[in-house]
Amino acid sequence: MLEWLTPEDMKKIVDLVSAQSDYVLIDCPAGVEQGFKNAAHAAQEAIVITTPEISAVRDADRVIGLLNSMQVQPIQLVLNRVRPKMVANQDMLAVDAVTDILALPLLGLVVEDEQVIVSTNRGEPLTLSETGSAAGRAYHNIARRLRGENVPLIDPSKERRGLRARFLSKIRQVGLF
Amino acid sequence: MALLDFIQRLLGLQKPSAATAKERLQLVLAHDRSDLNPELLEQMRREILEVVQKYVEIDLEGGEVSLATEDRVTALVANLPIRRARLKPLAPPRDDPQPTSTDPAVGQEVSAEEAGNHEDASPVVDGPDAEPATPTNNALQGGEPGSSPVDGI
Repeated sequence: MLEWLTPEDMKKIVDLVSAQSDYVLIDCPAGVEQGFKNAAHAAQEAIVITTPEISAVRDADRVIGLLNSMQVQPIQLVLNRVRPKMVANQDMLAVDAVTDILALPLLGLVVEDEQVIVSTNRGEPLTLSETGSAAGRAYHNIARRLRGENVPLIDPSKERRGLRARFLSKIRQVGLF
Repeated sequence: MALLDFIQRLLGLQKPSAATAKERLQLVLAHDRSDLNPELLEQMRREILEVVQKYVEIDLEGGEVSLATEDRVTALVANLPIRRARLKPLAPPRDDPQPTSTDPAVGQEVSAEEAGNHEDASPVVDGPDAEPATPTNNALQGGEPGSSPVDGI
């Protein structure tokens, strides 16, 4: 698939597009194969997206090393599919643990959200849906931070407080328990 | 499944795994980033120990040479508990449980190389070697984190 496309071609394409655009986002395939080389060669900055799992962080570290050697700067981190409950139970790598290990600034944090699958099934962008899902809000915030706005990070422990959690905390406040 | 997990957690049977994940990740990344294969690392470890043993007697069981990583910088960390110092460097020591037998010969070799002080060559090596350096023995063997970055990679 597109074996003929070289990093130089990619750079030319991006130069053409960037003449009439404010931002050019290149979706880079996972891994460090030809697709990565093409994308990285044409890029000025990079956003590395990983999940808080050992194998994913390990791969991300490899990519960051390569981006560093290619002088792609700055590199920012998006932590995807974070499960707040597991982080709270210390069964998932904490956000600051990943940012410490990879030594990158955090651009955004996306909690695990079933709506991502639902919206891709339907072919509708999550950011345009009116249900206001947690992941959709996170995408919006990432976009605003990219534009230079100062948007505070969503605290994952407050994101997933469903009906039951709110009900229980109300009861505790009232003093029944 | 969730209930079982909850009960296990409640009884303390299953410990939180995030800390383990972080440790494992740091270990793997230290090796990934240094790009050293295990054989090379082992060979380097052996040679470092040999060089250090030339100057001080070290506790081979308690010592370790490993890779650590922080802020995308990988460091070679050597933690080598010192039994006692040697006054004169030895030439080829690998494992010497009885220094008295090897030291005189080696001491002469070294002094011959130095081409000068023949007086303090063989007899002096054994004597003070054993006595004055021993006080440091306990302090260093007690698991003091004497680790120091030897080399950044």
